[in-house]
Amino acid sequence: MLPHLDAAYNLARWLMRDAGAAEDVLQEAMVRALTYFTSFKGINPRAWLLQIVRHTAYGSMAFNRGVQTVPIADDDATPAEGDDPEAALLRSRECRQVRALVAALPVELRETLVLREFEEFSYKEIAEATQTPIGTVMSRLWRARQLLARAAEAEGLS
Amino acid sequence: MSANGDHAVPSCDKVLLVQAELDGELDAAQAAALEAHRGDCAICQAAQTELLRARELLRGEAYEITPEDVRARVMARLRQAEPRPAPARRWRWVFPSLGGFGLGAACAAALALLVVLPQRSDLAGQLVAGHIRALQPGHLEDVVSTDQHTVKPWFDGRLDFAPPVRDFASDGFPLKGGRLDYLDGRPVAALIYQRDKHVIDVFVWPQSGAVQHLASNTVVQGYNVVHWTAEGMNFWAVSDVERAQLDDFAALWRTAP
Repeated sequence: MLPHLDAAYNLARWLMRDAGAAEDVLQEAMVRALTYFTSFKGINPRAWLLQIVRHTAYGSMAFNRGVQTVPIADDDATPAEGDDPEAALLRSRECRQVRALVAALPVELRETLVLREFEEFSYKEIAEATQTPIGTVMSRLWRARQLLARAAEAEGLS
Repeated sequence: MSANGDHAVPSCDKVLLVQAELDGELDAAQAAALEAHRGDCAICQAAQTELLRARELLRGEAYEITPEDVRARVMARLRQAEPRPAPARRWRWVFPSLGGFGLGAACAAALALLVVLPQRSDLAGQLVAGHIRALQPGHLEDVVSTDQHTVKPWFDGRLDFAPPVRDFASDGFPLKGGRLDYLDGRPVAALIYQRDKHVIDVFVWPQSGAVQHLASNTVVQGYNVVHWTAEGMNFWAVSDVERAQLDDFAALWRTAP
């Protein structure tokens, strides 16, 4: 499971939209994964682990309350080094805007988009991790991308 | 094909195929068929533009990298959840409960507590997990050899101890090879033996100060697990061979010169 820790954190972070809540979910999910590993009979440990992360996140109190926490985009304002400062600032601002737009997507669209774009999961893997029919995965992806593209357009993001 | 402005519902039924193509989900024939259609379909062309735009937006930096301190705390927590000398009976409760995932958070959280708080030994579970992982194609041996004088030196420099390696081919347990594994919070040697069509894994690592008084023999998920100590080392044999045969195998080790 440990090779997939980063994937687990990424998903937890995007689902919870808060670093502290994401860590709690990650901790619990990893312990569960370790505990249940002997009964894992599938062939895709990463999709299996992310399924556990997702269950844990959905089960968490913070999630059910509809977290009133810092948006995911606000804590990463550091521009990359080596850029010309103005461009870096611009890029970093755009990046934050994009992240805020993703964070604002409804959760079922957000998780589908995150699994596809950041984890590069196939439709089949997304279906496995989210326990959703492939057709639904496809239409959720479609809606997620469309909402994102249009919101970006509305905000003048290129 | 009149676009009415509401693109939230794709108004061409091929739009999801356009997306599937961008996601690399179409085979060549499907892609060719789509290509033919898309040439004439303004909706699909517009959809493609929009999809590409969304992808462009996400290119780059949105992946949430695990902070080092978070990683360290998770690792610490996992180590805590790992074996402690404790009654070895109760940990088995947790395994039949995978279905519990679907039963809701309260149930799962209760189970997680059950697992974590008592910190009872789960070493046998780890051993069997290691064994099952190793049985996946291509994972069994790092060094393939029936010669103990090849297998033993292979561990040099890979471990901070020299595991004893023996071949029991004349007793019907030929050595097949060795590999590295990670158990109980440390790298360990795994020796692979064959008994007819069954694989036996022997995990070996030095005894530490704390005495491991786990139930010496147990059954996990249908796998027999036998434990003994000798020469300052912990030995754990895991296999689906019959209990009696595994006991014989352990006896060979214990009585080996």
